[in-house]
Amino acid sequence: MTTLKILKYVLYDVLRSKMIIIYTLLLFAISFGIIYTGKDVSKAVISLLNIVLLVVPLVSIIFGTIHFYNSKEFMEMLLAMPVKRKNIFWAEYAGLSIALAVGFAIGTGLPLLMYGGASGSFYLILSGIFLTFIFTALAFLASVVNKDKAKGIGFSLVIWFYMSVIFDALVLVLYFVFSSYPLEKATIIVSALNPVDLARILILLKLDVSALMGYTGATLQHFFGSAFGMLFSMGFLLLWAVMPTLLALRVFNRKNF
Amino acid sequence: MNKIKYILIILAIINLNVIGKDIIVKPGESIKNAVQLSVKGDRVIVKEGLYKETEILIDKPIELIGEGYPTIDGFSKGEIIIIRSDSVTVKGFYVNNSGFSGMRDYAAIRIEDSKHCNILSNKLINNYFGIYLAGSDSCNVMYNEATSNAVTESSSGNGIHLWKCSYILVKNNTITGHRDGIYFEFATFSRAENNSSFKNVRYGLHFMFSHNDEYVNNVFADNGAGVAVMYTKNVRMINNRFEFNNGSNSYGLLLKEITDSYIENNNFTGNTVGIYSEGGTRLLIAGNEFNSNGYALKILGNCTDDTIRGNNFSSNTFDVTTNSSRNSNLFMGNYWDKYKGYDLDKNGTGDVPYRPVSLFSKIVEETPEAVFLLRSFVADLLDMAERVVPVFTPESLIDETPKMEKVIN
Repeated sequence: MTTLKILKYVLYDVLRSKMIIIYTLLLFAISFGIIYTGKDVSKAVISLLNIVLLVVPLVSIIFGTIHFYNSKEFMEMLLAMPVKRKNIFWAEYAGLSIALAVGFAIGTGLPLLMYGGASGSFYLILSGIFLTFIFTALAFLASVVNKDKAKGIGFSLVIWFYMSVIFDALVLVLYFVFSSYPLEKATIIVSALNPVDLARILILLKLDVSALMGYTGATLQHFFGSAFGMLFSMGFLLLWAVMPTLLALRVFNRKNF
Repeated sequence: MNKIKYILIILAIINLNVIGKDIIVKPGESIKNAVQLSVKGDRVIVKEGLYKETEILIDKPIELIGEGYPTIDGFSKGEIIIIRSDSVTVKGFYVNNSGFSGMRDYAAIRIEDSKHCNILSNKLINNYFGIYLAGSDSCNVMYNEATSNAVTESSSGNGIHLWKCSYILVKNNTITGHRDGIYFEFATFSRAENNSSFKNVRYGLHFMFSHNDEYVNNVFADNGAGVAVMYTKNVRMINNRFEFNNGSNSYGLLLKEITDSYIENNNFTGNTVGIYSEGGTRLLIAGNEFNSNGYALKILGNCTDDTIRGNNFSSNTFDVTTNSSRNSNLFMGNYWDKYKGYDLDKNGTGDVPYRPVSLFSKIVEETPEAVFLLRSFVADLLDMAERVVPVFTPESLIDETPKMEKVIN
């Protein structure tokens, strides 16, 4: 109950900063532009894929970190009252991630829906929402372990850069080094280590079916295309959202403000 | 004037004699007997009903005609109709359940060493081979439907099978559930037109050593391994559709050692590989539509002097891939949806050349598992860098005149 009450104030605070509204409008403008100026819908979904995989994590993690530091005084004020720390944390997390997720869903989902939903758009939205929750959680984790705001934001940026670029580059190097070994199973394990890759595979299964059916792609297609694979990727995406949140909560509970 | 009249009447009478008589076969009677009794030029008309017969041997030029689609059922024993005479017509039958054998190619209708035969409007259901032509020429196979229930390649036969034939017209047939839909081996100067071959276990169309043939307006869809054409020269493949041949060993069109041939105005949609060309020489690949394929065109290093002109490449995961660092084929005037150049003089042709082979496709070619990184930021980054300074992709594989808009064929 207390969580819900605080949540109301957090949402009010988030909306007042207008960032969410700008984010939503920006996504809407970009998505709308891509879908309606492009000649090909599947091409539009591919362009949107890049937004979902790069912009959504970036905005979520940066905005999450900034929001956490900005609400520090509000949190300190609440901590002085008979309110459990757990409640404050959950309210902050839920308020921010829900606001961001709704903003994303409207900004990207609405243009797609207006077009009548191209193939893969459902998974595109689903992945975007997952990534929002995951990267907001990572933002909170980065914020609770760093007292200094600048350090916190820097840490968040590193996390984003690692997930979006460095990880894949490392995987590529791995492929080159171990190219004489069978890497199909390793690929599946590796995919679980990065939520951005999981989300990408989830969407690709709908977009590039023909290519993935070829040679080794078939292993990916068989695994992730099956019900178990679906459960696997959804499960790991969920885990990626839950684990950092719980970890951040643990630190938050013991933190000296 | 009168003389001419008389001559005409006499000619008409002679003609009537040549046309011969009609022999009617009703259910319960034997088609085989009727065929034996008939003489050259007769028509054996079979009434609607079920006839359990096999090995109906036609060794004289007669017409065997079904009225209301009578069924000849072989009950899985041997062959059903065997033609060993010129000018035979078989029309309007259900021919069902030929035998199966690992030793002999049992067919519903077999034509051997004959000329000018017509196999028209038959429905062939659940046979080992559908229509089998061997050593024949100038025959027409039209409006037939062959449906079988093939499961494995070794236990199934082909829908329409040509062996050492020439001048055969295969037109408006529908083949499904066989091993190969249409199979040409040593079949020359033949033509396959308006056929539909889908959901066959192996190839929709398969031909080998079949020179000077034409394939026009056919549809090949959902076949186990697409269409394979091998060791042939002077082939014309025009206006065909190659669709949804998906799988790790499946191709829209597989070319192996094909020379001096034309592949024009075809449509390749949703195949794992649109065209796979190994040892294709002096081919013209023009005006084709490549849409939503995994790999639109895989052209190996041993392909030389091919011209790839005026094709549309859209929504393919990879447009062109190759295993060689050199290129001896000409790419010109194609539309590439991934082209990012500009057209300052507004003549419809981009001012910057386009390199259709991406670095990432090269990486996937060498390390197939890397397909995992498809459409990742890193893969895009590599492609972008390679486009600016090509190092790994073949320098000369380049479209100097890419089109800004889709080519209308």
